[in-house]
Amino acid sequence: MTKKQYAFYPGCSSQKGASAANYITSFGVICDKLDIQLNEIPDWNCCAASIGYAEGGELPRIVMGARNLALSDQHLPGQDIVSGCPACWLANREATERLQHSSSLMAEANEALKEVSLKLRTDFNTKSRHFTEVLIEDIGYAGMKAPVVKPLDGVKIAGYVGCQANRPYGIAGESFENPQYLDKMIETCGAEAVPYDQKVTCCGGALAFSEPDKAQALIQDIVGSAYDHGADLIVTPCPLCQANVEIYQSEINKKKGTKFNMPVVYYTQLLNVAYGGSIKEAGLDGQLIRAEKLEKIAGK
Amino acid sequence: MTTANETAVAKYRNNFLKEVEATVEEGHWVKMCMQCGVCAGSCPFGPHWEHSPQKIFMMIRAGKREEVLKSDSMWMCTSCYNCMVRCPRELPITHIMHGLANYAYRLGLSPKGQPNQVIAKLFWESALKYGRVNELKFSLAMYFRDGFVQGVKNALAMQGVGLGLVKAGRLNPMEIISGHTCKDTSGIHKMIAKAREIEDRRRGLA
Amino acid sequence: MNAPANKFAAYICSGCGLGDVLKIAGLEKVAKTEGKMAVIKTHPFLCNAEGVKMIQDDIANDGVTHLCIAACSRRAKAEAFTFPTVAVARANLREGVTWIVAEGADHDEVRQEMAEDYVRMGCAEVKKLILPGGNKKESSSKKILVVGGGMSGMTAAQAAADAGYEVVLVEKTGALGGFANQMWKRMPFNAPHADAQPTGATELAAQVSANPKIKVYLNSTVAETAGAPGRFAIKIAQESGSISEELCGAIVQASGFSTYDITKLPELGGGQPNVVDQAGLEALAKAANGGPIKRADGKEVKSVVFVQCAGQRDDSGTHLPYCSGHCCGTSIKQATYFKDQNPDIDTAIIFDDLRVPGMGEDFYRSAQTKGVTFTKGKTSKVTGGESCSVTFKDLILDEENTIPADLVVLATGQVPNAGVELDDWTATVAAADNGDEAAKEKKTALQKISVLNMNYRQGPDIPQLKYGFADSHFICFPYETRRTGIYAAGPMRRPMDMHQATEDAVGATMKAIQAAENAALGRAAHPRAWDLSFPTARLEGCTQCKRCTVECPFGAIDEDERRFPLFNEERCRRCGTCMGACPVRVISFENYSCDTVGMQVKAVNVPDEDEEKPRILILACENDAYPALDMAGMQRLTYSAFVRVIPVRCLGSVNTIWITDALGAGYDGVMMMGCQKGENYQCHFVKGSEMAYYRLSKIGDTLKGMGLEPERMQTYEIAITDGARVAGLINEYVAQLVEMGPSPMKGFG
Repeated sequence: MTKKQYAFYPGCSSQKGASAANYITSFGVICDKLDIQLNEIPDWNCCAASIGYAEGGELPRIVMGARNLALSDQHLPGQDIVSGCPACWLANREATERLQHSSSLMAEANEALKEVSLKLRTDFNTKSRHFTEVLIEDIGYAGMKAPVVKPLDGVKIAGYVGCQANRPYGIAGESFENPQYLDKMIETCGAEAVPYDQKVTCCGGALAFSEPDKAQALIQDIVGSAYDHGADLIVTPCPLCQANVEIYQSEINKKKGTKFNMPVVYYTQLLNVAYGGSIKEAGLDGQLIRAEKLEKIAGK
Repeated sequence: MTTANETAVAKYRNNFLKEVEATVEEGHWVKMCMQCGVCAGSCPFGPHWEHSPQKIFMMIRAGKREEVLKSDSMWMCTSCYNCMVRCPRELPITHIMHGLANYAYRLGLSPKGQPNQVIAKLFWESALKYGRVNELKFSLAMYFRDGFVQGVKNALAMQGVGLGLVKAGRLNPMEIISGHTCKDTSGIHKMIAKAREIEDRRRGLA
Repeated sequence: MNAPANKFAAYICSGCGLGDVLKIAGLEKVAKTEGKMAVIKTHPFLCNAEGVKMIQDDIANDGVTHLCIAACSRRAKAEAFTFPTVAVARANLREGVTWIVAEGADHDEVRQEMAEDYVRMGCAEVKKLILPGGNKKESSSKKILVVGGGMSGMTAAQAAADAGYEVVLVEKTGALGGFANQMWKRMPFNAPHADAQPTGATELAAQVSANPKIKVYLNSTVAETAGAPGRFAIKIAQESGSISEELCGAIVQASGFSTYDITKLPELGGGQPNVVDQAGLEALAKAANGGPIKRADGKEVKSVVFVQCAGQRDDSGTHLPYCSGHCCGTSIKQATYFKDQNPDIDTAIIFDDLRVPGMGEDFYRSAQTKGVTFTKGKTSKVTGGESCSVTFKDLILDEENTIPADLVVLATGQVPNAGVELDDWTATVAAADNGDEAAKEKKTALQKISVLNMNYRQGPDIPQLKYGFADSHFICFPYETRRTGIYAAGPMRRPMDMHQATEDAVGATMKAIQAAENAALGRAAHPRAWDLSFPTARLEGCTQCKRCTVECPFGAIDEDERRFPLFNEERCRRCGTCMGACPVRVISFENYSCDTVGMQVKAVNVPDEDEEKPRILILACENDAYPALDMAGMQRLTYSAFVRVIPVRCLGSVNTIWITDALGAGYDGVMMMGCQKGENYQCHFVKGSEMAYYRLSKIGDTLKGMGLEPERMQTYEIAITDGARVAGLINEYVAQLVEMGPSPMKGFG
């Protein structure tokens, strides 16, 4: 069977030794089982994210994206550009749409791209997608369920979608206020999706760094609600959400006297374990707060 | 020599709305706000700013240039896009907030040392230097933004977390000397310099 | 007379589980021995083709003339159980009994008793029913009179003519077009709703003038309106002094509006130079003819401020209390007059709430795109003069602000031209009749502002609902006035913009056509448009008390020269309020009378005191309360099996004799269920329920005279959605009556 081919944009945090390294690790088994081939875009650069705005401004930010798009188009023509990180996905997709929408912006971007000897086709319109979209739209829930060999029976999970995996684009057909896809993926793995009222609450994003108290108040709600609804762990599609919600629990415990110790994993880690992946293959050894219930299943 | 700010003041005189439309990312949307206030109620940092987006838009229309550009309200944006998807007029509010912040920063009017401004600047610099963000250098720069002593304190406070990440293979101490980098960093630098030059020319900031 | 003798038949349905929980044999026995029905048949599925055919065959072959159908509610299976040649009564065993009585053998006895009573009541009613013959009129006019030649009136005339009807259009000025003639442009009617459009008034006026079906009277007014739907006799006074007469079937009144007097707003600069109202701005724009708009002093306007809600939405009692609806859109339109001509003109609209109904939101957006500034604020002061200034509180920034302008436009409201207010008229006429000279003068003045000059005893114009507008129930029957066959359209009905007015005109015209057609067929107008019955009075018993003429919500009853009531059948809506009003019970319909209800009240088997089974009569308005009771059944809610429900056309039709008869016969209580009355009335006959409440508020003395507690009669306002509530109310009231103890009248009945 021929594999489905995608241009892959990993993003900075997914590199080896970076904060979401285990996220990318967990893609391996999934791509094998679902016949997905991710082809890394050669010499990709940072997507510019949202937070670069102070120094970056509009055009430089979009040009950062345009370079990635042009590289992808040159080396991996016709392949949808896939990213695991919602911020990267958003930046790539926004760059595509903004350039498509304005011919003057396209002209300006191409003027800058000349400096790196690249050119973006004026009719460039290749889709930028999040990895969840590939799973949901190209594989489907039934397709995702097929390779499940170790259903995650009895694991209660709070599906934390967060912001940029949901807004402003989100997954087609989902609501911004109460998206269902993550819950459906949890159930596809055989686990139970608990009702969760902080599903789309902001974790503070990059401001968790600069405004720790304000962001940690949000994170406290996000983790607290998972406990309130009886979750064993939180699952998320976003590296920044994962990092913020996992890393700052100890800080919150110190400051607020809470006893948070809630594992925060990626949806890919759930699938990976359900597909029979080991602790290492699922990147579960990359957790600060170990997801014991998943490790137990993976270790069987 | 006149500053960029003085030039802008002279050019747009009393019409701050026109200035915003010409110089701020997605600024042409500001006039379309219908003052419903949904954005104000949708912001996760709602308790922390002085002026909601709705109010910022009204202030722009009322010509309150200094007040808007010196405000720290738009620097409180977490980029969660909640205001943007809820806006019944479909204003790209998040982008406008970023654009206003960027414009104020470029004119030298934004509040000095505002933590989110610092991080936004550091992030960009980190991304640009090697073409990719170096998480370790970026966080160290953030901790040391207030000087060396405070930096050591900040770093020590987060030491446990840092060690945990190292152990989990999610923070590489070697990145301080060698890290991920694009091959064509010099090209990227030239490309961004060019983009900035074009944009500054367009915005009258050259 | 060789009309066939009456033959009464009862058909009992045992379907829908009725046969499982009721003893059908018991019901058959009641129908035979007490109901005295000549034919009694039970069918397991009465509403299916076979069951219906059985009934049809009996009508055709067996001479059955009167049916009592004991099955589901009269509101269910109405189509199947329509037999136009015979009189039909319905006994409600399903929604009224089996679905609402608690389940289980404990309740078998009361359930059966309830069902048997409904069979008794149905049989009693059907014996008093006469199949209405109707009153077809060959010579009925179907010509439509349109009063007012503005956009609403012209649109109405054109719509009626397009539908094939002759039209008479009366316009008091010398030209068609109305207010639109003073306007430069109108708000857009069509997608993309982005730009102001020409008003189209000139073209429409030409079209109307040239239409052979439309007879236009210019410089003319209606000097008298007499008659009723199908035979309105209209006298048209022309400028020359001559009077023309026209016979019309129905009337559309489209008499428009006046602008609120700007000089009543001195604090907003009203009356000062360079402060104009929206009509004033239209004049300036018309004069500019697409060029730069200039002030009265000739100076080109470079900055303009629009002040919304000027003298409107005022809760101090000084100015108009209401929102005129169109003015936000109108200011948006006028702001674009400036922006379209020169985008550099500063145009600001200061609004409190921007209200742009319909597609106005797109127009608003378009004006924003053109650079019109919208500021949420409350204006406190405007000064006019060479340089105007507007002081307002910015409601977003929470601060006082003053901005300069070359010109200020005040968005003032619409004042309806609906004619004479009837309470004022009645008081003035009474005073004038008593010789008051001032009142005589006022009466003459009022006659001058009257639009229709009706010769009805209730006054010369249609009743006004609120703030002088001739509105009606805004959802259920917007164009209906309380004068049958006369329909209101445009801003005299409620404040509105031109697009709404033209839609209004078409709607009102369709209602007028319907009224003219129904009048010709001898049928009622809305809401009983199928009804062929009409009220008659046994004049030999009449005491000339005039209650019927006063209480009729529709002014259907005049008085003849002997001061007896004179029914104008075509004006009647068949609500029965006259029947409820009559103290000597001489008014009745063929199929709805003191007897058809009274005999049902009497047919109920009232148990003795020692049986501890109270009986409560419910008189329920068939428009809302009765459906609500059905709804309780559909939701399988339970309520007491001690109640017996009789639907009435309107609570206004309830004659107090039914209540005193019931209580005299030993019923323990009476529940009266009608529609909401008052300002937010829900009554389908507007004033019917209000009349009923008024009358019943006086019944307490009668009850005391009978030695009864006044609590034995209660009134309730029930909405159609009140299914659960009505069940609760019944149970509460029954508990209250049990507490109170049995009626002392028991055993005397």
